[in-house]
Amino acid sequence: MAMPFYVSPEQMMQDKAEYARKGISRGRSIITMEYTDGVLLVADNPSSLNKVSEIYDSIAFAGAGKYSEFENLRKAGVRHADLKGYMYSREDVTAKSLANAYSQSLGTIFSQEMKPLEIEILVVEVGSADRGNEIYRISFDGSIMDEKGYTAVGGRSETLALYLKDRYNVGSLNDALSLAVKSMEEVGNQQIPPKALEVAILDRNRTGRKFRRIPPAEIERLLQEPK
Amino acid sequence: MSFFDPFDSSFYHFLTSQYPHLLSQQRLEIGSDRPARSNLSEVVPHGTTVLALCFRDGVLIAGDRMATEGYSVSARRIEKVYKTDEHSAIAIAGAAGPAIEIARLFQVELEHYEKIEGARLSTEGKANKLSQMIKANLAMAIQGLVVVPIFAGFDLHRGEGRIFKYDIAGGQYEETQYYATGSGGRDARNTMKKLFQKDLDREKAVRFALEALYDAADEDIATGGPDLIRGIYPTVKTVTRGGVLDVEEELIRRDFGAIFDQRRES
Repeated sequence: MAMPFYVSPEQMMQDKAEYARKGISRGRSIITMEYTDGVLLVADNPSSLNKVSEIYDSIAFAGAGKYSEFENLRKAGVRHADLKGYMYSREDVTAKSLANAYSQSLGTIFSQEMKPLEIEILVVEVGSADRGNEIYRISFDGSIMDEKGYTAVGGRSETLALYLKDRYNVGSLNDALSLAVKSMEEVGNQQIPPKALEVAILDRNRTGRKFRRIPPAEIERLLQEPK
Repeated sequence: MSFFDPFDSSFYHFLTSQYPHLLSQQRLEIGSDRPARSNLSEVVPHGTTVLALCFRDGVLIAGDRMATEGYSVSARRIEKVYKTDEHSAIAIAGAAGPAIEIARLFQVELEHYEKIEGARLSTEGKANKLSQMIKANLAMAIQGLVVVPIFAGFDLHRGEGRIFKYDIAGGQYEETQYYATGSGGRDARNTMKKLFQKDLDREKAVRFALEALYDAADEDIATGGPDLIRGIYPTVKTVTRGGVLDVEEELIRRDFGAIFDQRRES
């Protein structure tokens, strides 16, 4: 029987990370951005399979990369949130706890499984007027980043973040959406029609479940309306 | 990794399979050699009268606010009517604890399904799911912890309100006009039988529901009437295309005023 080759742990981790990054960089991007009344999520996504979705009353999820992999994580997140809300109370379900759970799971998978997950996810919570929003970006290796204002995941996330850095200001929903779409168009060097966008918001002013999808007609209107 | 089971959109199934200890249903089994207490109804709070009534825009669902333990009042202000999602509501009668647990679990179940699947269940689908949950309560029902809800939903496909009633074994039956259950259910049904008309407007539907609850409180010792001193009135909700809405207390108070006047005169 042939002996397996020795591979140093450093090498193995590096190879895994490279593999995961390659997978993610092939996909399209997602931007999340705070605006005056909540948080906006925009995905460059022409398919009917969702990349952005509701987790709980004030928590949303977005996944970039391999659909089957982040879809599994999304469902796990809904279970985690619903179970916690059922066991304790609705206000005890927080994005922080969920983001930590994701980070732990992804970290374990990255170090123990042969194949790392080729995904990058966002967990976003809209706060009340006196409490700020929370944006967590979690990578394939479980590393977790607490972001302020805006962030991007997926194929061109770094270029997008760079583009937004000098241009982002907290503004209205129109402003935020226009900026997000414009940045995607500029960075991708192509027009994106409203139908090819998946847009959702966590609207602080809604009662109960704050997540709302914005249909293409409304996206078009928001992009055209004067600011 | 129980959280990563990809083929299941039911929260109830998730709970029963992974965390059965969170459900009271699982603790009592039929034929267990533990001494069964046949009269749990005397030591456990019970809810009394709830009803549902179809009207022009959908369906109305209502209940009194009393809970009893045997011949004593255990609570005057309990809530028996719950919104379960944008287009449905449940009203519970029977053992208050398990009934509220089922109502709460059912709310989570519907929301969970909607989030996982990205689509809402049909009205029929919701009613069937509830039936399965009540079926699982049979062992408890035999020992006295009966749960018999009424489920009211606005069917978006048919464009009409629908009423489903249940027996203790989870049997599910659809009613097309009205229904009432609980200890004063029969009295409330009798009143509605005399008053019911097709295509009632909202005001009339509310009035008839309150008349029915008033008669139930009149005839049944366990059903609570309007409590003028404490200001406790029955809960009434409407389930229509526009969603589930509470009927304003102002209208309920005014209707009771009219009912009192009418009865005083006759």
